[in-house]
Amino acid sequence: MVFRLQIWPDLFFPSPITVAETLINGFQDGSFTLALAVSFRRLLIGFTLAVFGGTLLGILTASFTWADETIGSLILSLQSVPSIVWLPLALLWFKMGEAAIIFVVTIGGTWSMALSVASGIKNVPVILVRAARTMGASGLPLFTEVIIPASVPHLITGMRLAWAFSWRALMAGELIGTGKGLGQMLMWGRDFGNMSLVLAIMILIAVIGSVTDNLIFKRLEITVLRRWGQLPDSAS
Amino acid sequence: MLEIIQVGKTFTKNQKDLEVLFNINLRVPEGEFISLLGPSGCGKSTLLNMVAGLDKPSSGTITISGKHVTGPGTDRVVVFQEAALFPWLTVLDNVCFGLKRLGLSKTETKQKASMTLKKVHLSKFLQAYPHELSGGMRQRVAIARALVMDPQILLMDEPFGALDEQTRLMLQKELEDIYLETKKTILFVTHNIREAVLLSDRIIVLGTRPGRIIKDLRVRAARPRQHNDSNLIYLENKIMDILQVEIEKVAKEELDDDYTLTKDSFPWDPDRDLGSGI
Repeated sequence: MVFRLQIWPDLFFPSPITVAETLINGFQDGSFTLALAVSFRRLLIGFTLAVFGGTLLGILTASFTWADETIGSLILSLQSVPSIVWLPLALLWFKMGEAAIIFVVTIGGTWSMALSVASGIKNVPVILVRAARTMGASGLPLFTEVIIPASVPHLITGMRLAWAFSWRALMAGELIGTGKGLGQMLMWGRDFGNMSLVLAIMILIAVIGSVTDNLIFKRLEITVLRRWGQLPDSAS
Repeated sequence: MLEIIQVGKTFTKNQKDLEVLFNINLRVPEGEFISLLGPSGCGKSTLLNMVAGLDKPSSGTITISGKHVTGPGTDRVVVFQEAALFPWLTVLDNVCFGLKRLGLSKTETKQKASMTLKKVHLSKFLQAYPHELSGGMRQRVAIARALVMDPQILLMDEPFGALDEQTRLMLQKELEDIYLETKKTILFVTHNIREAVLLSDRIIVLGTRPGRIIKDLRVRAARPRQHNDSNLIYLENKIMDILQVEIEKVAKEELDDDYTLTKDSFPWDPDRDLGSGI
């Protein structure tokens, strides 16, 4: 529709057919596949680090009041800082390269993961803890065998959020940083005035984002919620 | 032998002290099925939690066979109103949860757990998850989970309160069977007079504001109990009369001052009954 209106010349707003052709070509010559592989490698490393770091931070803030009062409020304020603003610092610390982008991706996911883990632990039903205590559980076993499993629904939500934030951070990081990721291809598209490439990659980003969210995280979330009795059972 | 000596409990809320329990004295010999009965807010659950070691008394002491209760222990296991099963574990693993800590071998644990689950008629559901069970079945698992620990005292906090009438009747019957078989001391909290009369050897009637013992009654009727036993029905009415005063007291605090349960009558008092109960 917008294309038909002819507001912008073809060069600025390519037709859907051109975009589709670019998509197919990109996959045929392997440049998209390569870019995807590079981006995914960064994303997975950054995401894993974010999940682990966030979980540790979350456990820390949920377990100790002093940690909650210090780091806890810091995490809240950091959460509202888009992670891409860390890039200048990251470039200084890790030089131009993989590490800087991975750092930005990690930072992107860590805070929301930490917040979800902390709220998960704080919202463990008191009755479960009491029941466990009357059956002789206390200390570390109580934590690992009751509190952590009981907060799994929040953990999954945290991972889903962390994934979304990391994905955004990755794209922003790659736009500015170096390498061969999807974001960089998008910048090449801009540099060479190839708007159909830009649009093709945008479609790719959107598709990947929604596919991972729907296929992996949403399914995981539904299974977990049902098992944890927080969703009405479809069977009964 | 469970001894509760001059136990009181005060909660502090918004810098105001609220006395929940006042001067509770109670001796429960081994093997007795004893009910704590009273209107809501009389502190009966609080008393049970203190025996469980989950709450600490503000004054007085609780001992079990001479030992002070300082925290939760496996000699006193609680069955809560909500079954409080761990949703991520199967029925069998839920029952194994406490056993694992007792240092038994894995096969022994599994065997013991399945035996107990058989006792509550859930052999078919060993691998099921709690969300797949009905409320009554979940409560059965909770009872099995407590029984398997072989506690000295079984603490039950309105275990059938959230169940429908049919399921409740069935589980009451089974609880009596379990009691007759194991002869455990059972401390049973309920607000259901019928349930208390039907199940217990002894009923402690608690009053409100502050919670205190107003009557210590023995139930003298043959076991297994029959629903239409005239002794039970007589006792039920007697407790109803005692509690009416308490219920009205609560209602007057929450509703209007002129509230009475029975219309066209003066507020009833067991001390001034003019011998009408003879």
